[in-house]
Amino acid sequence: MPKDYGIGASSKRREDVRFLTGSGRYTDDINVPGQAFVSFVRSEVAHGKLNSVETEEASAMPGVLRVFTGADFEGVGGLPCGWQITDRNGEPMKEPAHPILAQGKVRHVGDPIAAVVAESEAQARDAAEAVAVDVQELPAVLDMKSALEDEGLVHEDAGTNLCFDWGFVEDNKDAVDAALAGAHHVTTLELTNNRLVANAMEPRVAIGDYDAATDVSTLFTTSQNPHVIRLLMGAFVLSIPEHKLRVVAPDVGGGFGSKIYHYAEEAFCTFAARQLLCPVKWTATRSESFVTDAHGRDHVSKIELGLDEDGNFLAIRTATLANMGAYLSTFAPAVPTYLHGTLMAGNYKTPNIYVNVKAVFTNTVPVDAYRGAGRPEATFQLERVIDKAARELGIDPVELRRKNFIDKEQFPYATPVALQYDTGDYAATMDKLAEISDFEGFESRLEESKRNGKLRGLGVNCYIEACGIAPSNLVGQLGARAGLYESATVRVNATGSVTILTGTHSHGQGHETTFPQVLADMFGIGEDQINLVHGDTANTPMGMGTYGSRSIAVGGAALVRAAEKIIAKAKKIAAHLMEASADDIEFADGQFTVAGTDKSVAWGDVCLTAYVPHNYPLEELEPGLEETSFYDPANFTFPAGAYACEVEVEPETGKVDVVAFSAADDFGNVINPMIVDGQVHGGIAQGIGQALREHAVYDDGGQLVSGSYMEYAMPRADDIPDLAVDHSCQTPCTHNPLGVKGCGEAGAIGSPPTVVNAVVDALQRGGYDVDHIDMPLSPFRVWSAING
Amino acid sequence: MYDFEVARPSTIAEAASALSAEGAQVLGGGHTLIPTLKNRLARPSVLVSVSRIDEMRGVRVENEKCLCVGGAATHAEVASSAEESFPALAWLAGNIGDPAVRNRGTVGGSLANNDPSACYPAAALAVGATIETNNREIAADDFFRGMFETELKEGEIITKVRFPIPDAGNYQKFEQPASRFALVGVFLAQFGSEVRIGVTGASESGVFRWADAEAALSADFSTEAANGLPAAPGAMINDLHGSGEYRAHLMKVLTARAVAAAS
Amino acid sequence: MEFVELIVNGRTLSGEVEGRKLLSEFLREDLRCTGTHIGCDTSQCGACVVHVGGKAVKSCTMFAWEADGMEVVTIEGMADEDSLGDIQQAFQDNHALQCGFCTPGMVMSAAALLDENPDPSDAEIRDYLEGNLCRCTGYQNIVKAIRSVAEQRESAAAA
Repeated sequence: MPKDYGIGASSKRREDVRFLTGSGRYTDDINVPGQAFVSFVRSEVAHGKLNSVETEEASAMPGVLRVFTGADFEGVGGLPCGWQITDRNGEPMKEPAHPILAQGKVRHVGDPIAAVVAESEAQARDAAEAVAVDVQELPAVLDMKSALEDEGLVHEDAGTNLCFDWGFVEDNKDAVDAALAGAHHVTTLELTNNRLVANAMEPRVAIGDYDAATDVSTLFTTSQNPHVIRLLMGAFVLSIPEHKLRVVAPDVGGGFGSKIYHYAEEAFCTFAARQLLCPVKWTATRSESFVTDAHGRDHVSKIELGLDEDGNFLAIRTATLANMGAYLSTFAPAVPTYLHGTLMAGNYKTPNIYVNVKAVFTNTVPVDAYRGAGRPEATFQLERVIDKAARELGIDPVELRRKNFIDKEQFPYATPVALQYDTGDYAATMDKLAEISDFEGFESRLEESKRNGKLRGLGVNCYIEACGIAPSNLVGQLGARAGLYESATVRVNATGSVTILTGTHSHGQGHETTFPQVLADMFGIGEDQINLVHGDTANTPMGMGTYGSRSIAVGGAALVRAAEKIIAKAKKIAAHLMEASADDIEFADGQFTVAGTDKSVAWGDVCLTAYVPHNYPLEELEPGLEETSFYDPANFTFPAGAYACEVEVEPETGKVDVVAFSAADDFGNVINPMIVDGQVHGGIAQGIGQALREHAVYDDGGQLVSGSYMEYAMPRADDIPDLAVDHSCQTPCTHNPLGVKGCGEAGAIGSPPTVVNAVVDALQRGGYDVDHIDMPLSPFRVWSAING
Repeated sequence: MYDFEVARPSTIAEAASALSAEGAQVLGGGHTLIPTLKNRLARPSVLVSVSRIDEMRGVRVENEKCLCVGGAATHAEVASSAEESFPALAWLAGNIGDPAVRNRGTVGGSLANNDPSACYPAAALAVGATIETNNREIAADDFFRGMFETELKEGEIITKVRFPIPDAGNYQKFEQPASRFALVGVFLAQFGSEVRIGVTGASESGVFRWADAEAALSADFSTEAANGLPAAPGAMINDLHGSGEYRAHLMKVLTARAVAAAS
Repeated sequence: MEFVELIVNGRTLSGEVEGRKLLSEFLREDLRCTGTHIGCDTSQCGACVVHVGGKAVKSCTMFAWEADGMEVVTIEGMADEDSLGDIQQAFQDNHALQCGFCTPGMVMSAAALLDENPDPSDAEIRDYLEGNLCRCTGYQNIVKAIRSVAEQRESAAAA
């Protein structure tokens, strides 16, 4: 019988009620009295010298309060980058300025040049059209390989388009070269990880407000991490100290990474509200989102895998060009480096690994983390090259993987790329996968497809990810300019109900349900007695927000630590009430009992006593029952799993249908299985989208061709099959109190190579000599591959 | 969007009168026009809504040979009303956009816009439809004038479309993965032994009749004949979703499928 | 300005609206029915789906005055007096939503589907949802929720 409450129960989501009745409160649903609206004048060219911006006519138009240009931001900070990479020669990365409004140059289509604030949205837009911008167009720097020739520079003051040249681990390089030179077989693959747009369904919104009476600025924004925005914008851009700046992220309609970063529009609205002494609101159109939200992926890589005569992996060498876009977005440099190079060992005991990454500036929208962030790019290279090696060597792809798995007994396992995996059982997830995918029935399904004129293929894939981001001292050494702890306050109220205040943020993950589940178990009270407050820097402790599958692993751990402090204090109160020693108090199911006796007091009585301390040891103990914990993880967590996919390919058109997909994941312990299933479903759908459909494409002039849903192919309901997901293989994390690992990104990491492996399998079974197709595997691309 | 005046006529005559204003434009289902207005790519002075004009609504069969569709009839109405009388057209209508789009989008709007990837123009050409406006009738063969261009004059409204019902007909649509418009769409209509084929999505000149295929299939109505067709003449659309060569290939594949389905 | 009179979630309203005001803007800005969401500007995403005259439409691609004289139902009109409507309840029971942004449009499309086809197959459900994008759920639990409503209604009718 599954649990019906607490940890392990599929509790229904309480937040759903407001979302299902139209009562959610997303940022665009907020209107501050007296608000004005801003419309941005954006660059229509990819690269150009900004000669002049004439605002006189626009300023005189009806309703216009003020027209801002880059000149208004002289002396104001630019958008900061939160991670500094040190390159192979010990030099810091190139870190060019990123102004709020363009100064001197425009560097991508969508780069903001001017901003018109007016009383209505329509007036702002009308006047924005009247701003005369004189841009001298320069050749767009787009292709990464050509960009490195430095014929045109995105940033003249950087002197190069190379942001950094990173080697990891540099000390491994010679050993890797030698191992590959001596290998029995080397499989090489060149591949592209296609550029994507996160496309959270809610476009970004920012509302700046300023209260002159208190000198406090408030920003309402569609953010995954309001405290991070407060820190970055307050300290680095606008010079507003934290106590004078409040950032609120209310209900947020999906993020997938794209709402982590500090964006120019947030700083602008906050700045303009102070200048104009009125609230300033900006709501992105989807067209605007496509050219302003940070894009994802966009790596071009070469990977070489050396094997011995028995198929044992000897060495891996990779070289990647990573597109940074026109400016460094908040966490951009971390993605191709420490979130990518460190994962190149995958689930395998390859002794020698070396990763080289060259990060490149181009005249495109900045690129940053998108669901998985670096880990999908690593997994894609590794799992594609393993599949190719299996075919070249005539070894079954599943067997080749099994042969090289890190054995269960080898944990903790130190990889040659700096990670220490604490736990895992990769053979178990592969066994589970074989069971739920019915590998044995594949041949008969293949015959059925053939009878219908279709090719059928089976693809498998394994993945590992480093989640629970992150140990602060470690990431500090690696270049992070912030800590990555998380916080939780547990506020027990006088009548025994509980309020959790946390620095994490939920934008679809269901924290309002799962965090109370944890406490319900610990306190032995109903989940409905507990609620969660998040998303407002005014009332939550400083925390780093939600991304990198970190909330339950880091924020949940902080919650447990705070709850433990509550229990320890409550025991002292209970001991006082029962005239016993605190050491003798046992706490279970909401009752404090003196061990070995039938004396007990209930949770509610203890809570009331804490706030009505008439009979209370005031000399030794403060009244009240509220505790905060900041939890800094000792290590990353390492979710892992095995995925399988079956596709049908129509050879005459190249059309691919995913007809079956299964996922066996090891997330360690699971708080709410229903929510975990949902996270995996969503991740897989995004991964299938990446593999088959999605692609942000620039033309030769630097215009984003796929800048709307008319050209950018989002996965729709009929593109995704029924997904069989299982997370019954559980090796609990060894270093956090819940034994959890995180599940938010797994699907998006594990699925793209699974799909591509399946399509290549289908084509090869059909007699076509195709060993790789770059994503997305659109009908046109597959047909082109089939037809040479 | 820019502001505009609104006219809400209840007769064709009133609509025609409203359209005589400088810069006036017809508003049908709005599924092309409104996104265009949102992006400020058009600036009409008056929008003349035709959705409340009863004489432009309705779908009915005339003499068992012709499906008469009001210019303001929605795709959903065509999909449900023509299911028995002209299933190929009903299928076409029922696969435009999505259900909410089909509840608003109109036949007249689709033909007047003549998007190079729209479905209705292929059907209109293939069956030799007659497009009736407030002041004349135009044969489909004379109506389409290249991408987004038609024979319609300023102020002219498509009030009705008469689609002759073929003895056999079939529409094959290969979807563009993002928009789900036709990457290529082939409408095949057979009247006696005469075969007519309208192709959308493929040509840089917009919707067209594929003469070689019509001749070959009129002589030999078989998938073999379709598979043996020469490449279509003229320049094909080349974009991120498919090259001209791919589109030309799809034309053959879809034509063969249409033959098989109509046989 | 255009005069309109319409019924929104059972309430009759009349007044003047600007010609260019979209139905979605009218609902969100004038009536404060902010459950209707705007996720794109090309009529593709479906977050804005409402019912007008009993049919699902994209309220971002229709002017407010085009709904003159019609009955409009939005997500705010879908709950029973003191409980969720059956589709809403099924969405919660089956975890058919995550961030909730696409959900109002998804529920309105689901309601229209079940009106037209009380017993849809999974394939028919997926096909009908072609114009509703969801970035979170992978659609699986949405399909499951809609199917469960069809089953419940059928067994309730049979009882």
